[in-house]
Amino acid sequence: MLEQKPLLSSLSLAFACFFDLRASKIEGSQATARQTAELLRSVISQQRVPYTNQAGALIDAVRAVGEQLIAANPVELAVGNIVRRVLHIIREEDLSLTTAAIAGFNLSAASDGDDDDDGEQDEHTVLSAAAVAASARNALRPPSLQTLLEDMPESVAIPHTSSSGGDSEGKSKSADKSSRTRRLKHDVIEAVNELIQDINTCHEQIAEQAVEHIHQNEVILTLGSSKTVLEFLYAAKEKKRSFRVFVAEGAPRYQGHLLAKELVTRGLHTTLITDSAVFAIISRVNMVIVGAHAVMANGGVIVPVGLNMVALAAQKHAVPFVVLAGSHKLCPLYPHNPEVLLNELRSPSELLDFGEFSDCLDFGSGIGSPLLHVVNPAFDYVPPKLVSLFITDTGGHNPSYMYRLIADYYSADDLVVRRRVALGN
Amino acid sequence: MDARRATTTVPRVRQVGFFTPNAPPAQPSRTHSFPLDSSSPPLSNSPVNNSLSPVMIPPSRHLSDNLVHRATSPLPVPEPSAFRRPIRSHHVAVVGSYNPTESLLGSSPPLASPSSRVIGDGEFSEESSAGWFRRSNSAKFASSFSGAFDLTSVMSSEAGGFHQVKKPVVAQTQSTKPLKEKTTKAERRALQEAQRAAKAAAKDMTVSVGVSTSKPVKQQPAQKKDAPPPASSIAVSDRKGVERSMEKERRKDIPAPRMQFDDKSRVEKAKKRAVVNQSEARNRVELFRHLPQYEHGTQLPDLESKFFQLDPMHPAVYKVGLQYLAGDISGGNARCIAMLQAFQEVIKDYSTPPEKSLTRDLTAKISSFVSFFTECRPLSMSMGNTIRFLKSRIAKLPLTFSESEAKASLCADIDRFINEKIVLADNVIIRHAVTKIMDGDVLLTYGSSCVVEMILLYAHELGKQFRVVIVDSRPKLKGQALLRRLVGKGLSCTYTHINAVSYIMHEVTRVFLGSSSVLSNGTVYSRVGTACVAMVAHAFHVPVLICCEAYKFHERVLLDSICSNELGDPDALSKVPGRMDINYLDDLTNKDNMQLLNLMYDATPSEYVSMIITDYGMIPPTSVPVIVREYGREYLWI
Repeated sequence: MLEQKPLLSSLSLAFACFFDLRASKIEGSQATARQTAELLRSVISQQRVPYTNQAGALIDAVRAVGEQLIAANPVELAVGNIVRRVLHIIREEDLSLTTAAIAGFNLSAASDGDDDDDGEQDEHTVLSAAAVAASARNALRPPSLQTLLEDMPESVAIPHTSSSGGDSEGKSKSADKSSRTRRLKHDVIEAVNELIQDINTCHEQIAEQAVEHIHQNEVILTLGSSKTVLEFLYAAKEKKRSFRVFVAEGAPRYQGHLLAKELVTRGLHTTLITDSAVFAIISRVNMVIVGAHAVMANGGVIVPVGLNMVALAAQKHAVPFVVLAGSHKLCPLYPHNPEVLLNELRSPSELLDFGEFSDCLDFGSGIGSPLLHVVNPAFDYVPPKLVSLFITDTGGHNPSYMYRLIADYYSADDLVVRRRVALGN
Repeated sequence: MDARRATTTVPRVRQVGFFTPNAPPAQPSRTHSFPLDSSSPPLSNSPVNNSLSPVMIPPSRHLSDNLVHRATSPLPVPEPSAFRRPIRSHHVAVVGSYNPTESLLGSSPPLASPSSRVIGDGEFSEESSAGWFRRSNSAKFASSFSGAFDLTSVMSSEAGGFHQVKKPVVAQTQSTKPLKEKTTKAERRALQEAQRAAKAAAKDMTVSVGVSTSKPVKQQPAQKKDAPPPASSIAVSDRKGVERSMEKERRKDIPAPRMQFDDKSRVEKAKKRAVVNQSEARNRVELFRHLPQYEHGTQLPDLESKFFQLDPMHPAVYKVGLQYLAGDISGGNARCIAMLQAFQEVIKDYSTPPEKSLTRDLTAKISSFVSFFTECRPLSMSMGNTIRFLKSRIAKLPLTFSESEAKASLCADIDRFINEKIVLADNVIIRHAVTKIMDGDVLLTYGSSCVVEMILLYAHELGKQFRVVIVDSRPKLKGQALLRRLVGKGLSCTYTHINAVSYIMHEVTRVFLGSSSVLSNGTVYSRVGTACVAMVAHAFHVPVLICCEAYKFHERVLLDSICSNELGDPDALSKVPGRMDINYLDDLTNKDNMQLLNLMYDATPSEYVSMIITDYGMIPPTSVPVIVREYGREYLWI
């Protein structure tokens, strides 16, 4: 119960974030992702780690906070993504420490020679350390061609040493407890810092690829506002490409106005159109470039409302539909009915003035339900077949490859963050 | 007459598709269009044949009374009362032409003439009639009659009366069937008349469900008397001349290429002639250089001040032009009616200058007015059709007419056009469309189309339980006005913006859309955004029904929305009414690299359209060229 107090303080921090999320004060998945990562970093640094099973303690703490954050705004998938990424980082750091420690222990054991174990057993433990690492890695990542090749020689050894593996781990822990306690936490925090760095700089890495995709005299269509798209287009302009951008305004939030303003002040040829003119204009467009709210594991994307229409029009005219997404937007979940379940209905006041229609709202149909409904969703779901290409900070990918990319960032154990709560209930 | 019959017209008639012996009998376009077409009188009211037109038949009057009543009451055009009220006062005079019995009779004499290109007549010309009769069994006739007439005429009486009527009609048509073997001309003529009588009977019965079947029997002899052979020869000789000129016109019919505004020399020329001084927009969109892009809102005060100086401009025309410019009149039908009524005023006040012929001078005058309208706002395609109709009417005025006669005839023509092609057409469309609305449907509509609004209100009146989804888009937000009217009438509505259309489409069962024009490749040219809605509906496998009067059909073809379009006020884009926080663009509108594009129309590809509901019936988009080809002639015939 030593860790109770710091956990509470970190929770209060989490609650501050929680309220921001619920009130949608934090706009955009990038800002959300960064804030989440920073919060989790502070949770980790405040967490007092026990001597045994440190990784488990950290994971539990991060999970507890993560659950609350996700519950605060389940639609903002970036929160869940970051929580999972941090969990994955802890697991990986733990694993690498374990591997290193075992290797170190084996080395020391071999050199000391005053241990109870004879030479035969020594050899056995060296083998077993590698096997533990490999098997742990296997658990962490789904099998890929590379890991399969790596594991080939050792796969035979695993069944032999499974019993002695746990044995040696226990020994290694007892050997250098004090140094490892610090090192795990330190390493995790380092890695989370790197993650935050990545989130901050993903624009640049995506924008670097702009010249490969945008050519002279192209006409590019986008809808709504996305910082990634802005940087991407600007990067192409910086490289002396001259092209034209059509910006659909993205009613009812009119983020397109904001993007158009930014583009114009940066000197790009910009034409603002209404959302309804998208179909009319798309026959002259060479490429549709949009930002995403979240990328799902099946290659579908959650995007600002209206883009499903644009994607359909692009498909009809065989115009490439390119989605820019930083890796923090990759969500390891497969969507089910995302138009409804992963959507957010915003205030009708964005569409109709309350005052203007207040008299109409009074007309009841007799059964108590009002005659007038106003629907104002915030997101659209674009199925993978409508997406031509994803450009992430690691390069361009096909929608069908997203599941694999996602497997690099998340461990399979963390896909369901809420599992512990479900068991508790 | 017989020798002439063998000319080009006969194959044309056959091409229409009436001759295929095993054509699917349930083609709604054909079956429904046939009686309707015949009800639009090609000849009966034309000056030559006026003498022929028989006595008015009472039941039809109450039919069209009903029709007009229905037509005028729910018209939702913002200015309908202003523009359509005069129609009501005229409709009694027009009623006669709506009685199919009489109009058929009127048109019967020249049937065999080579000029019988209008399909309604063509069906009955000897050459094609054999095939037609062979394939049409009585049941089909019955269905086509009752189907069409039910839609046109049974208004307050609901589907109950429909079935009652069907049986007598079958009996009637069966009685005429044995006649078809006989080949002499007189007998065939008699057969045709019997057919028509049967139709008339069917109509009479459907109109007044309770009326006994004795009525048509009474009518038949009267009709036969009314078709004197000498009159037909007059008509034919008159038509011969007409036809030659028509051949010329047909050649001319290929629409002249529109003015391309990137052609500098022509733009300069046009500017010299122009009444409206328009300054070009600062930041013209490169892609749309071929369209006029002017500063909006600058011309109005200037023009208003010129009101009393403009000598040649008729005040009525001037007023309507200014209303176009200010956007007070919008919507295809409203604009068309306003224009026609202005022209009516012009014609009433017109007097032929000395040493000039009315035909030429008036045509020139109308042309100058039309170019003034075009300067105020580019004409819609339906208006182009209307102007073509009016000009052909002027050109075809018989030389024997005195000035007052000619003026009266033209005014009557205009009235009839408004009444038939717009008001009654809308009614027929409503009848058709309502059959496609079931209980529990969720109907989606986009923007504000007055026909669609009438359909929704009528379906609500009939007690159908359905929900309406109104999709709206910037900058006009016409859907809000529609929403207000529908909610006021007690319809359950959902309102959303066009971006959310794929969200809302999951629950929608039908999409009803209006249209500015339907082009002959099936493309629907309509308010911008319609294509998006139709596309999303298509992707979600929701049927898209386009409601459009047939006078808006145009023989032009379009593949995209770029080549032909209209640009609205770009400044409407940068300002969002009621949202003070959206002001990002306030200080940027005069930057060089910033352009605002406010498109007005887009072209919906025909593959997204499931059905076009028009006054000739419900047709697939592939049948549009047929309608354009066969009924397009009608403008010249009325």
